[in-house]
Amino acid sequence: MSTIALHDEHNHDHADHGHHKETLISKYIFSMDHKMIAKQFLITGIIMAVIAMGLSILFRIQLAWPDKNFPFLETFLGKWAEGGRIKSDFYLALVTIHGTIMVFFVLTAGLSGTFSNLLIPLQIGARDMASPFLNMLSYWFFFSACVVMMASFFIQTGPASGGWTVYPPLSVIETAIPGSGLGMTMWLISMVLFVASSLMGGINYVSTILNMRTKGMDLWKMPLTIWAFFLTAILGILSFPVLVAGVVLMVFDRSFGTSFYLSDIVMGTNILPNEGGSPILWQHLFWFLGHPEVYIVIMPALGISSEVISVNSRKPIFGYHAMVYSLIGITVLSFIVWGHHMFVTGMNPLLGGVFMITTLIIAVPSAVKTFNYLATLWRGNIRFTPGMLFAIGLVSFFISGGLTGIFLGNASLDINLHDTYFVVAHFHLVMGSAAIFGMLAGVYHWYPKMFGRMMNAKLGYLHFWLTFIAAYLVFFPLHFLGLDGVPRRYYAFTEFEFMKKWLTVNVFVTWAAIMAALAQVAFLFNFFYSIFKGKVAPQNPWESNTLEWTAPVEHLHGNWPGEIPTVYRWPYDYSKPGHDVDFIPQTVPFSQTMSSNLPHDFEGNAEAEKIQQDWELANPVTENKG
Amino acid sequence: MSLRKFITSKTTAALAVLFTVFANTSVFAQDAAAGAAAAPKVDMGEVYKSVVFYILVFLAICLFIAIIGKAIRVYELSREAQGKPVGINWNRVNSSLFALFLVVGLYGVYWEYTVHGSMLLPDAASVHGKRIDDMFNLTLIITTIVFIATHILLFGFSYIYKYSAKRKAYYYPHNNTIEKIWTIVPALVLTVLVLMGFLTWRSIFYKVEDPKNMPIQIEMTSEQFKWSIRYPGADGIVGHKNYKLTTASNTLGIDFKDLKSRDDQMADEMVIPVGKPIKLLLTSKDVIHSFYMPHFRVQLNTVPGMQTVFEFTPTITTAEMQQKTNDPNFEYLFYCAKICGSGHYNMKKVVRVVSMAEYKTWLAEQQTYLNDDLRKQFNLPVAPSKVEAGTDSAATDSAAVKTNQMALNK
Repeated sequence: MSTIALHDEHNHDHADHGHHKETLISKYIFSMDHKMIAKQFLITGIIMAVIAMGLSILFRIQLAWPDKNFPFLETFLGKWAEGGRIKSDFYLALVTIHGTIMVFFVLTAGLSGTFSNLLIPLQIGARDMASPFLNMLSYWFFFSACVVMMASFFIQTGPASGGWTVYPPLSVIETAIPGSGLGMTMWLISMVLFVASSLMGGINYVSTILNMRTKGMDLWKMPLTIWAFFLTAILGILSFPVLVAGVVLMVFDRSFGTSFYLSDIVMGTNILPNEGGSPILWQHLFWFLGHPEVYIVIMPALGISSEVISVNSRKPIFGYHAMVYSLIGITVLSFIVWGHHMFVTGMNPLLGGVFMITTLIIAVPSAVKTFNYLATLWRGNIRFTPGMLFAIGLVSFFISGGLTGIFLGNASLDINLHDTYFVVAHFHLVMGSAAIFGMLAGVYHWYPKMFGRMMNAKLGYLHFWLTFIAAYLVFFPLHFLGLDGVPRRYYAFTEFEFMKKWLTVNVFVTWAAIMAALAQVAFLFNFFYSIFKGKVAPQNPWESNTLEWTAPVEHLHGNWPGEIPTVYRWPYDYSKPGHDVDFIPQTVPFSQTMSSNLPHDFEGNAEAEKIQQDWELANPVTENKG
Repeated sequence: MSLRKFITSKTTAALAVLFTVFANTSVFAQDAAAGAAAAPKVDMGEVYKSVVFYILVFLAICLFIAIIGKAIRVYELSREAQGKPVGINWNRVNSSLFALFLVVGLYGVYWEYTVHGSMLLPDAASVHGKRIDDMFNLTLIITTIVFIATHILLFGFSYIYKYSAKRKAYYYPHNNTIEKIWTIVPALVLTVLVLMGFLTWRSIFYKVEDPKNMPIQIEMTSEQFKWSIRYPGADGIVGHKNYKLTTASNTLGIDFKDLKSRDDQMADEMVIPVGKPIKLLLTSKDVIHSFYMPHFRVQLNTVPGMQTVFEFTPTITTAEMQQKTNDPNFEYLFYCAKICGSGHYNMKKVVRVVSMAEYKTWLAEQQTYLNDDLRKQFNLPVAPSKVEAGTDSAATDSAAVKTNQMALNK
């Protein structure tokens, strides 16, 4: 820990430390302070989310009114929307970049990057990350990845357009689709930068959690958020390099004439020289990351909601150990389920059977988590803060999206559902909605910690209800399109007689999506306005037990003035019978809460149990503890 | 009534809000009316297309929300100033909204299941498709029960256990018995689903060939953005092809040195006899496509460089399906389901399921892939005159039909 220099320029003990002056650049741009880096990740993530949402509105307009012209589209998009109608190539580019940005830049970097950075040091009691410099690099690699990805909108041939999974040969052969030219090269560069960023972040998170916990903070006293970030980081470290390997092979195929993914290809009558490769190889490499990736997306959201639900129900999270074990179970299993994305891609059917078994097993830990959330709410004393609303919304989406996963994980049902709107509906509920809701719950809950001010709760309510309703209106009907055999990534439904009956549904869904997008204005306004004008946050606005609320509201480089607090208990002692208030922070020793201690609190420490017994004999219970 | 009281009273605040709203809307209405009177021929179509119009509408909504927000704020501040308890109990509001959401949401789900649920694909038209449908229905019943039950609990708890200063939450950190129950029960249910799914999957992809009922081979080749269908001809076997032989006249790269390919027939639509197993040989020329035939619950990707195989048995003819669905224009289709480029959304062909007799007559009319041009290319004997070539091919065709019939009757 000696590597961490402390420059507490806000610290009142000025005499104690010599400190150098922080410049604008070192404080706001190339900052090595985990709290500032968290804010950088969050704001970049929000900007990327707004962009990706804008893209989705563009293609939703195309889907709803495939034969109408919208002159403003031509104003913005030029030749990609000649005559005010989006071209089919560009439609695919929109879908591709929407997916890429949302999955990688918003839900991986924006979610893990923000909250791991903010909460890991603050909740385990560390001055900063294990390597602040690596942390800074991680952000700047992420930022460069975003810039490269967005830059592909400004080139002649347009951005990558082979779908976010960029299956070769479509993504490798330039003549197959315009986006597979320079746009795809930029996609690959961006992805390499992004993976480098994730790895630096992940290594930092794991080493910080393992090595830098404060006194008393053993693994089983960590909040579930930290467990979730920890396991997420491990998943990322083990799976992202495989994507890089795949990406490098693809770069070779595209630029140096190798044949890792290509074989026996004829474009029109042009016979390509590649022989011996297999497009299926890419799918294996991609989904070996891609499936853990969806858990990289959802696990931090689950961790955040565990914490938010427990705090606002004023109850300990039900089954803390079960929650941790189910996270571990999900982590392990998520490495052996990638094949369920490939049931009908020509993979050996025998493998399909195996992957179906592992996939459906992963539903068990997910079910346990859901039931534990419900049990936590049961007989709670629920405060509906905006963060809590979003956490409840997450549970709802997690249930809905998780259940449709049972259809898709079943290989024989997947035959008819694969690559249809059913899949779109499924992952938008479980990733798009649930994970975004987890992220928003986290933003509302830890905003006071990030900016020292409160967000407006009423705008938060408005934001929640509009978004919650709109998300269901958008994604619930899409299941039925899929059940009718409508494939995803179709530019228009006009060429098929049977799809025409879904056009009205498409119009409805588009309006609902526009409503959801506009609802985000309430959030954006609230977020940016409150940074400057919000009510100043009290020390512990939600009366929460975790360590971050013991750190001063004004940010210090080093988090706590003086010594880091010691931890004595688990983070979920809410509404403990016998205690006068309904929360006991982790820093309160058992000696100060003699009236509420329970036998299992002492973990078999005979001496402590003896002291407690003596105290109880000396102070007989006069009132009912319940 | 003192002025201060007047300003701070609850009813006045509410009235003020109502008045502002009313004034706003009526002003807008007047404006619109005035506009309509002044220029009755204004083409609103253009207005509805302009972005500015929508921005203005949105700003108006924002203003409206801001006014309501301010009114609520004034109301709450006035309560505070008077030392009365907080005016709006937001915990109650939100918990009631959850209860409302539950009720409306359940109705919405019911509506979706019945209205959109009746717009779906008709019953499976293949043998294995029925098993898939049964599997689907079982999964649907289980998941719907869980979906509704958990949501009733989630929103029900949210409603019942809303915050009250008088109450303390029930300290209940864990219960291993309950934990075990809700680990084991889902595990058992999923075991059932896995087992059934596994058996269904095996029955689809691991078929034991019945020598008395050999499947008809049909080869599908995908390319941007069309399908080519190849029937095996008299020998019942689709001949070799090699992508390196692809030319403008031999677009599939069929190797006519292979005797089995010389009688292969091309077709514009996929016609198959009802009740006979069909073995689809799926290949792709350029990028990955997906052969998707939802009425038969058939989907498999076509991958360049490898052949994928799907076997199924159609059970309902097109004519029967037209009657079943009450739609005289009903057609079975197969189309592409894997993103493959700009024409992905329009890559389809018709499937006709007919009786065996109809199938045989139809098949006899189909051209072979091998034509005079290709005969020259492959140094095969070309019939000297066109007339003779015609009779020749007709002869081979009828011979083909005969052998094919023999193959079918086996």
